[in-house]
Amino acid sequence: MENRVLLDNKAVERTINRIAHEIIEKNKGVEKLRLIGIRTRGVHLAQRLKQKIEEIEHISLPLGVLDITMYRDDVFKLKSPGLKKTEIPFDVNNITAILVDDVMQTGRTTRAAIDAIMDLGRPKRIQLAVLVDRGDRELPIHPDYAGIVHSAHPEENVLVRLSEVDNRDEVVVVTSS
Amino acid sequence: MNWTKKDLLGITELSKEEILFVLDTAESFKEISQRDIKKVPTLRGKTVITLFYEPSTRTRTSFEIAAKRLSADTINISASTSSYVKGETLKDTAKNLEAMNPDVTIIRHSMPGAPHMLARILDSSVVNGGDGAHEHPTQALLDAYTIREKKGTIDGLKIVIVGDIIHSRVARSNIFTLRNFDSEIVCCGPPTMLPPHMEELGIKVEYNLKKAIHNADVIMMLRIQKERGGVSYIPSVKEYSAFFGLTGEHIMNAKKDVIIMHPGPMNRGVEIMDDVADGPYSVILEQVENGVAVRMAILYLLLGREK
Amino acid sequence: MSILIRNGRVIDPKSGLDEVIDVFVNGNTIEKIDKHIRKTGSDVRSIDASGHIVAPGLIDTHAHLREPGYEWKETIRTGTMAATKGGFTSVVCMANTNPVNDNKSVTDYIIQKARSEALCRVFPCGAITKGLKGEELSDMGELYESGIVAISDDGKSVKNSAVLLKAFEYSRLFGIPVISHCEDEDLSRGYVHEGRASLLSGLDAVPAIAEELIVSRDIAIAKYANAPVHLTHISSGGSVNIIQHAKKSHKKITCDTCCHYFSLTDEATLGFDTSTKVNPPLRSKEDVEAIKEGLRNNTIDIIATDHAPHEGTSKDVEFDIASFGISGFETAFALSLALVHEGVMTLPDLLRKFTVNPAKLLKLPYGQLAPGKVADIIIFNPDVEWKVDRNSFLSRGKNSPFHGWVLKGKNLLTLVDGKIVYRDKSFKA
Repeated sequence: MENRVLLDNKAVERTINRIAHEIIEKNKGVEKLRLIGIRTRGVHLAQRLKQKIEEIEHISLPLGVLDITMYRDDVFKLKSPGLKKTEIPFDVNNITAILVDDVMQTGRTTRAAIDAIMDLGRPKRIQLAVLVDRGDRELPIHPDYAGIVHSAHPEENVLVRLSEVDNRDEVVVVTSS
Repeated sequence: MNWTKKDLLGITELSKEEILFVLDTAESFKEISQRDIKKVPTLRGKTVITLFYEPSTRTRTSFEIAAKRLSADTINISASTSSYVKGETLKDTAKNLEAMNPDVTIIRHSMPGAPHMLARILDSSVVNGGDGAHEHPTQALLDAYTIREKKGTIDGLKIVIVGDIIHSRVARSNIFTLRNFDSEIVCCGPPTMLPPHMEELGIKVEYNLKKAIHNADVIMMLRIQKERGGVSYIPSVKEYSAFFGLTGEHIMNAKKDVIIMHPGPMNRGVEIMDDVADGPYSVILEQVENGVAVRMAILYLLLGREK
Repeated sequence: MSILIRNGRVIDPKSGLDEVIDVFVNGNTIEKIDKHIRKTGSDVRSIDASGHIVAPGLIDTHAHLREPGYEWKETIRTGTMAATKGGFTSVVCMANTNPVNDNKSVTDYIIQKARSEALCRVFPCGAITKGLKGEELSDMGELYESGIVAISDDGKSVKNSAVLLKAFEYSRLFGIPVISHCEDEDLSRGYVHEGRASLLSGLDAVPAIAEELIVSRDIAIAKYANAPVHLTHISSGGSVNIIQHAKKSHKKITCDTCCHYFSLTDEATLGFDTSTKVNPPLRSKEDVEAIKEGLRNNTIDIIATDHAPHEGTSKDVEFDIASFGISGFETAFALSLALVHEGVMTLPDLLRKFTVNPAKLLKLPYGQLAPGKVADIIIFNPDVEWKVDRNSFLSRGKNSPFHGWVLKGKNLLTLVDGKIVYRDKSFKA
């Protein structure tokens, strides 16, 4: 087992700051913007983005939480898939929804998340923000905002650790050989 | 925790942990029924059969809605349309069903143990939708869900079950569920309708309705069956109603935030008066709503079980 | 043809004999019981019974052979094959055949059929009332002359007390016992014992008083008629109590229980296994203890099988509509040996309940192992362990709640009328 740090504590913070700025810039403001974090780490990232954007724009930005288990295409291949609640405290019609996740790989999670949101209404636009894009896509889906791009080998595992659940902030590559 | 059970045949087979796991899972599903698009793709391509040997509107509809909201295909077989009336045995029916590869079969039957028999034959999941006077596990789970939702807990409550306990699968399943929690369970009804040995299950028996519901947090009313096997259990419906019918006046004795439950269908004017059934303490329609969420959770857990 | 059984522990409860000794059977008669009998010759079959027990063949006072009328459930042939495998050399068959054994022609048929096909002795029990309807007495004298050894409406009680009183009175003419099935019809609309288990299962339940009421009534009527009464398949502790007290004032009371009433409790019905559906129902743990105590203190005189074979379809249905009964011949004795292993009673005492006591009730010259007596003999080992496999039953009825149980004690060889009618594969003879 070999660990390689892609982003350390400081770098994670800088990356989140950058994404926050990019979101504001690309959407020319935040009026119709709503953040939706994908459980579990996507929710914490979304919270940090929310905080950052609120600091910059001096507004209050609503945050939703999405559990995509019911929409997964491999739901019954998982070992006893536990369910958590989806909590979207706003109307999704006509908003610009920013989906937030930690790592993007195959695109299947994003596909499930898009379906889940579409079942709740008709957003004007859905964008995707991820901390790490590790490549190896199986669906034609790409992030609008990526913290870093790291083309990982199949035997490499990219882990995002966040202080809310893992006691520290970092992105590491773990190689099992 | 991980769900490992193939079937849901009765509450007695579940641990407290498993009961709570069902209730927690149901919370995720309740939200779906409140959306405009009341459907998720989770059980796409799965087949759910409801096999009902007894008439039922509520339970069957609830299961069917639950399955459909999860995108499963549902097939309803009822005694009148099945070959049961032609004398086919349950065993043969089960084997025929098996040949159609259902993923879940929900059975309602007038005889205790029929779901167990079906489960022994079918490789796929079986859910007991009520078997004689034995169990009605999904009803008890939705009742527990409703209590927890309304009271925030299932512990430390006084829960009173009133009516024909001896013939009630709802009462049995509720007793088996609530026994797992630290609440006081009181059963009330005429002595002919309360089976012996109830105290051994930790249940208090009280024949006087007024005393029974004193300080109650939850009151569950049951339907009555006047006659069974040619023997009358009560002198008359009128007399039953006079002694055990729940009136608005009775409720004054209960806690201020008491909730009134009934598994339906109600005999208005017999076990429950209009002012109670439609009054502010009644959660009867919420029970129905929660029933869909709990049944969605059951279908989801059985199909997602660890094999 | 003669048979020499060597070196077995020979137990004859009647005479009190209990020692390692040889038994010589010549033709159909026990000729000699002695140490080191020397018999040689081509017509002497020598059987080494060392390490085993040699005892009189068992007598079952209560079985259903189903013939005539229900041959798909059992026949006299298959029933007696199962009986001899289980160690029985005489069985009493109940009258609930089709047609009912309430007339001479049915009795004659059973006796004829048994003579040509049975592997052991078969004694028909006649009906008390015509068609088991509880209304008119059957032609008891005619039945008696044809060969019945008792009368019973087994399957139900004679509901009308006046009819029953007449039956008791009339039976005195022939000195045959009335065997009472004790069950109050109105209280018996159920399938299991009313107790904690039925509270859990929701199955319609029968209280123990359904049995106890009729035990009391039948004893009272028999006593009034000064007639013998035999109460069959006693299952409740309350009944044991009633009988124990009644025996003090009326000497003509006997009773039996069946192996399942001390081997299983009503807890066994919780999985809705229809093989546990039996009438009277399996009862509580307390009842089981009381039955054992009744056996120990001799309130209960006899252990019967109530062998009630059924075809698969009768049991492969919902519990409510499944037939009552257990196919019991092939497990009864082994289950009863548990009483000896548990220390409830000695082996000779147990054998008494299967041999001497049934013979006395039915006035049969069997159940003894003594010179001059007919050679109905079994050789068994009380310690051999074996696993019950209902699929290997010789009975047509595979309905057994004991399937898969490991039992301790096995019948190895059965001699009826001096002939070997059953030999266990493991036993070299």
